[in-house]
Amino acid sequence: MKGLTHHLLDLAKVRKATYADIRIVHRQMEEISVKNGKVDAVNQNEDQGFGVRVLFQGVWGFAASSIINKAEMEKTLARAWRIAQVSSRVKEKDVLFSRQAAIMENYRTPASIDPFSISPDRIIDLLLESEKILRRNPKVKVSEAFMGAYKTEKTFASTEGSFIEQEIVECGAGISATAIEGSEVQVRSYPNSFRGNFATRGYEWIEGLKIKDHAERIAEEAVQLLSAKPCPSGTTTLILEGSQLALQVHESIGHPIELDRILGTEASYAGTSFLSLDKVGKFPYASEVVNVTADATIPGGLGTFGFDDEGIRAQRVPILSHGVLSNVLTSRETAPLLKKESNGTMRADGWNRIPLIRMTNINLEPGEWTLEGMIADTDEGLFLSTNRSWSIDDKRINFQFGTEIGWEIKKGKLGDMVKNPTYTGITPQFWNSCDAVANRDYWLLWGTPNCGKGEPGQVAHVGHGTAPARFRNVRVGLMK
Amino acid sequence: MASSQKILTNLKKLVEQSPADQTEALLMTEDSSLTRFTPASVHQHVAERNQTVILRVVLGKKVAVVTTNLLSPSSLRTALDKAVSLARSLPPNPDFRSLPQARPIPEVNTFFESIRRLTPGKKIKAIQEIMGLVKEKRASVSGAFSHGTVEVAVLNSLGVEAFQQYSDFSLHLIAQNDHSSGYASFVSRDPDRLEIESLARSAVSKISMERPVEISPGEYEVILEPDAAHEFLSFMGFLGFHALAVQEGRSFLGNHFGEKLLDERVTIYDDGLDPHGLQVPFDFEGVPKQKVLFFDKGVARNVTYDSLTAGREKKESTGHALTPPNTEGPIPVNLFMEGGHSSLEGMIRSIRRGIYVTRFHYTNVVEPMKAVITGMTRDGTFWIEDGEVRNPVKNLRFTESILKALSRVKAISRERKICTSGAVYGRRFVTGTVAPALQIDGFYFSGVSSL
Repeated sequence: MKGLTHHLLDLAKVRKATYADIRIVHRQMEEISVKNGKVDAVNQNEDQGFGVRVLFQGVWGFAASSIINKAEMEKTLARAWRIAQVSSRVKEKDVLFSRQAAIMENYRTPASIDPFSISPDRIIDLLLESEKILRRNPKVKVSEAFMGAYKTEKTFASTEGSFIEQEIVECGAGISATAIEGSEVQVRSYPNSFRGNFATRGYEWIEGLKIKDHAERIAEEAVQLLSAKPCPSGTTTLILEGSQLALQVHESIGHPIELDRILGTEASYAGTSFLSLDKVGKFPYASEVVNVTADATIPGGLGTFGFDDEGIRAQRVPILSHGVLSNVLTSRETAPLLKKESNGTMRADGWNRIPLIRMTNINLEPGEWTLEGMIADTDEGLFLSTNRSWSIDDKRINFQFGTEIGWEIKKGKLGDMVKNPTYTGITPQFWNSCDAVANRDYWLLWGTPNCGKGEPGQVAHVGHGTAPARFRNVRVGLMK
Repeated sequence: MASSQKILTNLKKLVEQSPADQTEALLMTEDSSLTRFTPASVHQHVAERNQTVILRVVLGKKVAVVTTNLLSPSSLRTALDKAVSLARSLPPNPDFRSLPQARPIPEVNTFFESIRRLTPGKKIKAIQEIMGLVKEKRASVSGAFSHGTVEVAVLNSLGVEAFQQYSDFSLHLIAQNDHSSGYASFVSRDPDRLEIESLARSAVSKISMERPVEISPGEYEVILEPDAAHEFLSFMGFLGFHALAVQEGRSFLGNHFGEKLLDERVTIYDDGLDPHGLQVPFDFEGVPKQKVLFFDKGVARNVTYDSLTAGREKKESTGHALTPPNTEGPIPVNLFMEGGHSSLEGMIRSIRRGIYVTRFHYTNVVEPMKAVITGMTRDGTFWIEDGEVRNPVKNLRFTESILKALSRVKAISRERKICTSGAVYGRRFVTGTVAPALQIDGFYFSGVSSL
């Protein structure tokens, strides 16, 4: 690989590129799903290719191909270079790209058990055993279990002399029960919706999830939801369980702090941000009890890696410090606008996409409370768990979420179960209403494997560490 | 890169020599480019070439899928061996009947040579023209210009041999000034159909010099342009128009076939051969597309099938299989709503107080059995009063049942438009929905986007 990459980058220099990099990516995937006692799908996927990024005459060009050989690489480089050349006719100013000292290192996910070493039939047995328990309740009409394993080997090389090889291993699993009675359909999932919880770990992660142990409870709750009372409408206190809070953080903190969104480069698709550069360092994004970090180094986080796709080392960066916006997610091109260095968040989905600023692990740091104490301290409210629906506007201001399940809180105690819970809010108002965050005993890392961004679309695997938290004066029960 | 014909020859041999009881090979190739721009620059201009093979093997009723883009004969053989070994280790799926038999595929032209003339230079020129037109109106523009050539081939051991080449081209623009933004989009298989000036003017026409006002949430009469109406169709397709959702008891059509659920003005169908849409003659199992009527003058009729869901009911596939292994069901991808008898201008004139919506953003499901969805308006939302579009309004959140909304239709436009969902994720295969504009009474907005 080194020979090939060096040859290509030398050619880029001959063509007077200001900068060029190449990523060669090889990905393996295995996904197994079972449903209603049968194997629903078994898919093994292998994919490889390379992408070349060229900075020439002040603009970027990118081209990618699935054929890895010298001739195809040269052709693809020429394509990327030509793209940059013609694109330079439309620019107000040149891209400013920070310098970076060469890095020659490796990184591997520390995984105890290679998930690809586990035979599919052993995985199917686990999934079918778990799913069978869900089906014991006759009102559960659709019972599902899923396991996914992913391995990405990537080589990054740049005209600055960097040569980095990484191997990232991820896996996850989950179960869900859909209970149906007449026109009433209710779903419960464990450990999370979106098919489960995912981490940069080996098969030991799946063993630790103990999906079978939770199947009976999940099925029971799905059935109970059929006859539960609807979520009340009004304004109340909300306590959000960790997995739902992870998505809350994702949509209403993670995305708005992407500096490329703030600068308008995502306007044509997912939108922009209500944040602006002048807010960094001073904007009261949330209450004092809210501290958020972007941490690409935390072991097991789905957004954990060694180096980003611009060759920048993974970092831990404060984002909200006692509620104040202290940093945003940056790249080598955007960080200089804040007179800072890149905080290493550029990642591409595979070989055929350009790197974009992506969340790493955006974590709500633990607070002081116990969950039991938080509930006991709440006179009236709702405790909501496990995401079911999510939506937010193009500036990341107005959001609406639905969860699978909720419970009323009355006079400090959990009360009746409620179904179809929904809540809505305005991002900074919502986060400034947070007055309690649970402590480290309740803090868990959640993997979001389906974060979409960019054109052509890219899916990023990102993480969120959260502990349950309480929010005041939240509007709930949005369905007419 | 090996030519598709060469790969197909290798795949044919592979399928013939496969030790499995049944074998299917699906080839998808892509040669595409996307040019993305902000007011300041062409900031993301990318190109890609890829070829992927999906092998599905059947041993009795055991089914396994292996996907690879390593396509040398030896790599394909390795992939086949892997698939067979995987299938051997699985329990049988009693629902599986058979891969499809060969059926004649209608000849449809889905490839236009003009796509090859879209060089990077030509696209840049078009973007410069757009920027100039928008600048005349004292606005700026962001957008994305995407085009591609895709080949799809399906071979199976029962004689299916289907090959199709597709061209696709899309351009969407967001024109903006300090207070407002406006959206316009175009999608086609033939790039020569694009009228740049008309598209740019359409986006710019939504811009206002006035600041948007905030209106209270509540129920309003609305005009939904086709790009907004298309979201309704897409979600209905995903939630309820396919056999898997019905078989699992989670489709809103459920036990309501033959019942009038929507206004009688509403007829919705899927038709891969209708020339008004982005034609697709066969599905990813090589089965020719059939027209399927979901709502006929408001009455619930049928759903789409692939070979697995059809097998469960001893029916024939309607040609709506997605790429294997598909666990989502035979979701329709060529949706149409029949046009009505009204002009858009006439629909606006008939409204005393209402809201004009250009498109929705980040729409998602809230309650699937009632088809309740939520989302935001975006890029051109206006107040209508006494039959005129007046001032812009701040973006609104809606939370509404599609079924209820379509039961309160007051008018449907004669004109329809091909709309597409936007960014291509994963393997490229662009499809479109053909939707009219809709006038709907009592549409519920549950919130406002306002700091």
